[in-house]
Amino acid sequence: MSKPAMKEMHEGAKRPMPKMKKGVIKRVLKMLMQFYPKLVPITAFCIVFSAVVAAIPDYFMPRIYSSIEKWMPLRDWAGASKEILPQIVFLAVLYVIALIATAVFTQLGAVITQGFLHKVRCAVFNGMQNLPIRFFDRKKTGDIMSYYTNDVDTLRQLVSQAIPSLIRSGVVAVSVFAIMLYYSVWMTLIVIAGIVIMFLVSKKIGGGSAKYFVRQQQSIGKVEGYVQEMMNGQKVVKVFSHEAQAQKDFDELNDRLNEDSFRAHAYANALGPIIMNIGNVLYVLVAVAGGLLLLANVKNFSLSGSVLNIGIVATFLNMTRQFTGNLNQFTQQINAIVMAMAGAERIFDLMDQQPEEDNGYVTLVNAEIAADGTVTESDKHTGHWAWKHPHGDGTVTYTQLQGDVCITDVDFGYTPEKTVLHNVSVYAKPGQKIAFVGATGAGKTTITNLINRFYDIADGKIRYDGININKIKKSDLRTSLGIVLQETNLFTGSVMENIRYGRLDATDDECRAAAKLAGADDFITRLPQGYDTPLSNNGANLSQGQRQLLAIARAAVADPPVMILDEATSSIDTRTEAIVQRGMDKLMEGRTVFVIAHRLSTVMNADVIMVLEQGRIIERGSHKELIDRKGTYYQLYTGAFELE
Amino acid sequence: MIKRLSKCIREYKTPTILTILFIVGEAIIETYIPFITANMVNDIKASAPMRHILYIGLQLILLAVASLACGGIAGFTSARASAGFARNLRHDIFQKTQTFSFENIDKFSSSSLVTRLTTDVTNVQMSYMMLIRIAIRSPLMLIFSAVMAARMGGKMALTFVVVIPLLAVGLILIGKYAMPAFQSVFRKYDRLNESIEENVRAMRVVKGFSREEYEKKKFGVAAEEICKDFTRAERIVNTNMPLMQFCMYFNMIFILIAGSIISIRSGGTTINIGQISSMLVYGMQILMSLMMLSMIYVTLTMSGESAKRIFEVLDEQPSLTEKKDAVTEVKDGSVDFDGVRFKYSAKAKRDALENIDLHIRSGQTIGIIGGTGVGKSSLVQLIPRLYDVTEGTVKVGGVDVKDYRIDTLRSAVAMVLQKNLLFSGTIKENLRWGNADATDEEIVEACKLAQADDFIQSFPDGYDTHIEQGGTNVSGGQKQRLCIARALLKKPKILILDDSTSAVDTKTDAKIREGLGTYIPETTKIIIAQRVASVQDADRILIMDGGQIVDAGTHEELLERCAIYREIYEQQTNGGDAE
Repeated sequence: MSKPAMKEMHEGAKRPMPKMKKGVIKRVLKMLMQFYPKLVPITAFCIVFSAVVAAIPDYFMPRIYSSIEKWMPLRDWAGASKEILPQIVFLAVLYVIALIATAVFTQLGAVITQGFLHKVRCAVFNGMQNLPIRFFDRKKTGDIMSYYTNDVDTLRQLVSQAIPSLIRSGVVAVSVFAIMLYYSVWMTLIVIAGIVIMFLVSKKIGGGSAKYFVRQQQSIGKVEGYVQEMMNGQKVVKVFSHEAQAQKDFDELNDRLNEDSFRAHAYANALGPIIMNIGNVLYVLVAVAGGLLLLANVKNFSLSGSVLNIGIVATFLNMTRQFTGNLNQFTQQINAIVMAMAGAERIFDLMDQQPEEDNGYVTLVNAEIAADGTVTESDKHTGHWAWKHPHGDGTVTYTQLQGDVCITDVDFGYTPEKTVLHNVSVYAKPGQKIAFVGATGAGKTTITNLINRFYDIADGKIRYDGININKIKKSDLRTSLGIVLQETNLFTGSVMENIRYGRLDATDDECRAAAKLAGADDFITRLPQGYDTPLSNNGANLSQGQRQLLAIARAAVADPPVMILDEATSSIDTRTEAIVQRGMDKLMEGRTVFVIAHRLSTVMNADVIMVLEQGRIIERGSHKELIDRKGTYYQLYTGAFELE
Repeated sequence: MIKRLSKCIREYKTPTILTILFIVGEAIIETYIPFITANMVNDIKASAPMRHILYIGLQLILLAVASLACGGIAGFTSARASAGFARNLRHDIFQKTQTFSFENIDKFSSSSLVTRLTTDVTNVQMSYMMLIRIAIRSPLMLIFSAVMAARMGGKMALTFVVVIPLLAVGLILIGKYAMPAFQSVFRKYDRLNESIEENVRAMRVVKGFSREEYEKKKFGVAAEEICKDFTRAERIVNTNMPLMQFCMYFNMIFILIAGSIISIRSGGTTINIGQISSMLVYGMQILMSLMMLSMIYVTLTMSGESAKRIFEVLDEQPSLTEKKDAVTEVKDGSVDFDGVRFKYSAKAKRDALENIDLHIRSGQTIGIIGGTGVGKSSLVQLIPRLYDVTEGTVKVGGVDVKDYRIDTLRSAVAMVLQKNLLFSGTIKENLRWGNADATDEEIVEACKLAQADDFIQSFPDGYDTHIEQGGTNVSGGQKQRLCIARALLKKPKILILDDSTSAVDTKTDAKIREGLGTYIPETTKIIIAQRVASVQDADRILIMDGGQIVDAGTHEELLERCAIYREIYEQQTNGGDAE
């Protein structure tokens, strides 16, 4: 591989993504060294070694050729063999060593490539776990998935092919160049002239190809987006007999993709023959020039000082071919490299995202409560919990976990420009049930997002058992809060594993007890494999109501003192709804509960009802109080059954 | 399979054939070139007159130009052919999906159809390009090079007798072991990605239970296993490089030894230096062609999987057919079910509907109530012929639904599906799905009827408000009302609302029903609901259970005699105290 070829790669890759390239490669190399401080240098050494050996025949061949020339007229193989065979044997020994080096670096290369991808995958996944909910609320699942399904895979090409071939080409280029100069400066100049032309041509065409490849990717993205939407809405398309229109719109996008794809591949396909044939012309030029130099008996300039002979000309022809072949191979990779660069950049972007901040130092510990109410820390599971609060002066105080939540004068907005909660205050005494009622977008879910610190408040204060929640370690805060969301998410695994997700050290019996409490035991025992029934695809084999019951059981096994419930709005039939409702009610007993209520029964039983409108609490009180007031709640109650 | 795929070449037959012709030309020229260069080297060596050398050089340059022309043109035509082939393939798949009935749609998940239309087609496209370029070129190069080598190298060519079988057997073995390894690890890899998706979707649960560390550990274990499998598979594949190098080096050494012995013994008459160096070139070409062939083999097998998945779609028989002299007008909105039995698929064990006899006069309002899975949706889906009955007949306007043209029937029967969807685009564009030629006045009128006009007007962009994909930027109740308006724009003879107002508050729900009764009295209205309130003023309410209509009557009649109805009613009016 020649120097210009390497430069070509810089050029080709630069076009669509200016300037970022160097940094990306540097960072990938740094990570490689960090992951494999021994294997990477060994592999690099083997690559260099085998590349140097690959260049050596170019040095030996002319000597063998001239030996043959010398002995040919004599027709004396016996004599010639003494001179020729040792050279060939030496060559063979070098080849054997090169072969070993190749075997070593290809095998290690596999280990490094896959290990690197594995570590990147883990780093991306682990980093992602620490990102704030804000990140997930902003991005579509499909976009996040493409980090894993597309971008990580593009790195494979970079590590397993582009980087080794960079090293290799550098070495080959330098050594072949040296050998050329060793034999003849004049001839070298001709070869260089040819290579400069090849470089210019491939820069032009390769750049075009890369441009259209990026465009092709965009077109594919558009087709994919359209198809996804239409396939999801296929039944609607049918009902409205919209097939012809859908086909027309699709064909339009499809035709554009066809054109972009044609351009991208046409450029890429043409590049090979062009380079190869410039190579052929160069070959002729070298041969003719060599012949002329020989005929004219021009004085040869060279590092070796040797006289130009037919052997050297033949060698130059061979080296010309090698250069051309190398350059050609490399140009075929340009498009893959461009995509790898884009992928790597996206991955680094994700890895550089700011993780969720957590400056909390108050932790949750097992506690023993003495008869006089003093709280002491225990290393056993006691059934009681306390907040361990270290102070600046080195003392530690313990506060019993009770579930007293105080929200005072809170303002909040998802973006600084738009405040969605105004001056919200909610006081929940241990064991109280607080219901939020209001239209979509009134801010019900937002309030619950603040209690467990999915988002942080802009102004105001939230205290939990008298402690500012910003001082509590996030994981401990969340452990003390249970959530059941409107949309149920189950994990691939058995029913039992899904329940145990609530508390990882729960025994089978505790999980069963939780399921019984939730009212889920009944249907689980009737499943073909009971608690061992495998779930997949978010519990696709269960009904909506059954999934909700499992989510309730999962929260129940965690047994937290405070619960956040978002009741499901989706229509399940009245009978299932009653069972789910019963499970919810059981779960609420004896806990502080914040519930986003959609059902009248839930609301009526609440200690306090908060009616929200556009981010403000406009009414608060018990069911009876609010009915008597004849305000918004009264209207909702009498006008709407669904308190959406 | 190849024969079936080739149907999609169509108008791209010419570029395909041209590609093959030019590739053959290129291959011939390319193998001829080293032959000429060998002569040239010899001429230089023999101190032939410069004119002669220049003459050969000119020949070579002409050949290079010809080869460039062939290669360049083939590059263009093959890109044209393969991109066009992929276009046709995508067109055909999409077209096929448009002919699917609901029964067909149920079989394929939407994400699997997306993969088929994108990744799978791209795989096949790449294979096609490879096939018409490299798969033609490599064997030709192999043969030509072998012939030239044999002609030129004499006994030196014996090396190929050793090297070619060795490389071939080696590559076949690598393929045999690596392919299954890769296939299995790719399947595992898919599952890993599925579990990542699960994690992303459930992020609120993960964080809510502070399970970040647990998830990391779980992922680490699964990823570790995949890493091991991948490494193993890749190590097998990577043995091809040392193998190839071994063959190459063996070749060189053999040719050098044999070449020097023969040439020196014969004094350069049998073999000369030019021939030795050409032999080295042919040797490389032969080995490279073999490598290419093995690569093609792997790519084709991999894309064979993709092709298979594409055929699953193309082979799917649309389960609904139209008669030739189909009826093109629906007379009125009467509906008659006679002895209907229905199963979702031939394999289904249970009937979804049994013994359905139902007669609805044009303009009536019918309510349907019952638990989940009792067959309410199944019943109404037979009316616009989304599925075909298994037994019995369904008539609309006195004519069997099977005798209508499908689009005639469906434009007369508007159905608001339970799982409804809006598409990305403005509100107006979405509503025009109902009637592409609707005037602005008609649109506003329909929206007023569906109680959607008020909230649409409250948006800053009004009717031009952009709806996100899936309608995520409007609330559930707003979405349902837009969907109803969209159906109303069809001016249907029959309107079916399948649980379409569940997220709409009761007051608005009542207003919608009132509007329907006043403004489109002649339209037959069928309303499925969970709430008794939504159906209680219907002309007739059907109570369904276990795939049958167990009772039918007015609200008052049913309250009196139907236990199921009474139970539901009491539960709802007493606000959950029934438990």
